[in-house]
Amino acid sequence: MNTFLSILVDGIAYGMILFMISVGLSVTMGLMRVINLAHGGFAMLGGALAHWLIAAGLDYWSAMALAVAGTMLIALPLERLLYQRIYRMGELQQVLATIGIAFLMIASVNLWLGSTILPIPTPPLLRGALDLGFRTLPYHRIVVIIAGLIVIALLFLLIERTRFGIRLRAAVDHRATASVLGINTAAIYALTFMLGAGLAALGGVLGAELLPIDAYYPLRYMVLFLTVVAVGGMGSITGSFVAALGLGILDTAARYLVPDFGTIAFYAAMMLLLTLRPHGLMGRGHA
Amino acid sequence: MNTPSKRLLAAPILLALMAGSAPADTIRVGVIAPLSGPFAIWGQQFQQAIEVFQAQNGTEVGDHTIEFLYRDSGGPNPDQSRAMAQELLIREQVDYIGGLVFTPNALAVAELLTQSETPGVIFNAATSIITQQSDYFVRTGFTLWQVTVPMADWALEQGITTAVTAVTDYGPGIDAENAFRSAFEAGGGTVLDQIRMPISTTDFAPFMQRVRDQSPQAVFGFLPAGPPTYAFTRAYNENDLQGAGITFLGTGETDETTLDALGDQALGLHTAYHYSAAHDSAMNHAFTAMLAEMYPDSVANLASVGAYDGAALIYHMVDVAGSDGPAAIEAARGYAWESPRGPVSIDPVTRHITQNVYIREVDHDENGRLINREIATIEAVPDLGLSQ
Repeated sequence: MNTFLSILVDGIAYGMILFMISVGLSVTMGLMRVINLAHGGFAMLGGALAHWLIAAGLDYWSAMALAVAGTMLIALPLERLLYQRIYRMGELQQVLATIGIAFLMIASVNLWLGSTILPIPTPPLLRGALDLGFRTLPYHRIVVIIAGLIVIALLFLLIERTRFGIRLRAAVDHRATASVLGINTAAIYALTFMLGAGLAALGGVLGAELLPIDAYYPLRYMVLFLTVVAVGGMGSITGSFVAALGLGILDTAARYLVPDFGTIAFYAAMMLLLTLRPHGLMGRGHA
Repeated sequence: MNTPSKRLLAAPILLALMAGSAPADTIRVGVIAPLSGPFAIWGQQFQQAIEVFQAQNGTEVGDHTIEFLYRDSGGPNPDQSRAMAQELLIREQVDYIGGLVFTPNALAVAELLTQSETPGVIFNAATSIITQQSDYFVRTGFTLWQVTVPMADWALEQGITTAVTAVTDYGPGIDAENAFRSAFEAGGGTVLDQIRMPISTTDFAPFMQRVRDQSPQAVFGFLPAGPPTYAFTRAYNENDLQGAGITFLGTGETDETTLDALGDQALGLHTAYHYSAAHDSAMNHAFTAMLAEMYPDSVANLASVGAYDGAALIYHMVDVAGSDGPAAIEAARGYAWESPRGPVSIDPVTRHITQNVYIREVDHDENGRLINREIATIEAVPDLGLSQ
């Protein structure tokens, strides 16, 4: 019984971190249909900025806010200058172009801060652990779980309930028609891209306890992000959420019960699901 | 690359003429190490330690001037290492090879060393069998058995009789697991559980919970340096294993280049290793002070001391034998000297370094920086892997 509860608690915490890190990719790749392999790069930029700001003497929370804002500011010119052209490319060209951007980011951070781990020390408030009776749960993970719930709620409201969301969905579904109707699609795309980069940065900073930031972060964890989005289904925020939680719990269960087989369960589940539902859990099937 | 001067040097006739007439010939040492990519820190540590050694000891030994050349091996990449060794031996006409961080890279150059009778000084690659693959290999690093067995012995001395091993599921991890288990059980201890963690693991909480549920007195961990080690020690703390009375036993997890990144969560971790930058000796103070002067952002670690002693050994071999490979290896056998890590010598049979192993505990120094404080010494430990 204790093991079962432990699996549930650890699995949800781990799944929520996966969700936080890949939800930004779900926004850019899912909604905007651009295969952005540089997504992890934005998470790393956010983490590197936070590391740098904290080293400069800022506290955790302001550093996190500034890192997210800074990453969005870096994303804006990138979108205007590079991604705008990438949207119109074919899938293979998108993959090549964006992985090139990831390499650029890796080399830049390597030059700037070196290739060792860039720690983001958590404030004392987050360092303790809550006693659940049968085990303890670090406060840090509780914060991540809450942050994940807030993010999914806000994203849902933004996309389904606001004028911006309506325009975004229109622009994504048929850009030319949306343009004709007077929607400034270029601005919508730029804003959405910045939103994706900002979410990546937030996930990078919050998830740094489990997936520590270093210059090679974008490549090291790329498969992880892509798996979550692929299993969740392109273009579905809820899908990513369910996929991240499911994969997190499954992976954790495998580690508790059959540690020697470890990651096989994770990839076997992905293969099985994609065989049965090639467009993912909640994919709309027109990607 | 193809400058006229190098072409001249490469021409064997001219080289022979120069060696015959000029009193100061140049002995060239080719260092193969990762200079780019995720493991570039190794090449950087090597290069800086060698620069420090040359600043302290000059570039001349007897009639010879010693010059170091560097070639990039990338990560664990045997083909690339072999190609680089070939280029160094044939085109650059080097007399010694140094460096070699990863076991497969070292194994890939073994045959070339034997054929060309060139001594190869391994600064790091830590699998016991490597020095058996060529008579021209000498190692100034360490082996996993060499540091793991003393860890198990020390734990037993502290009254620890039950332990769980948690290692990453790859070659060195399994090596460490076997070394720890055999020494621990030979001394009367019991290994309650052997956990092998997948190499791509990012969340170590489940493993820590599993360790905790079995209430051993200690957990022995072995993971590749970098993010996995960071997350593992993090999970050790978050799941409060220390509070549950489970001592952390490790080897290289608290490497000086990552110690600051681990932060205060590393306090109290116990490791057994052959070098701590905080080693208290005049030799080590001179080394770390010079390093700090030349490279203010750098900190000495196992890679630095491996390269520093590699350079010391090469200087000795050149002093005795010049560029005569077989004579140089004979000179290396049994050579004993003082290193920043303490007294060391080259085992005449295995050509591996015999050295002290230190039990260390992570602590603050007087300036509040994290260091590996040596709390016990096991003297003159040879490589223990080959006898198993």
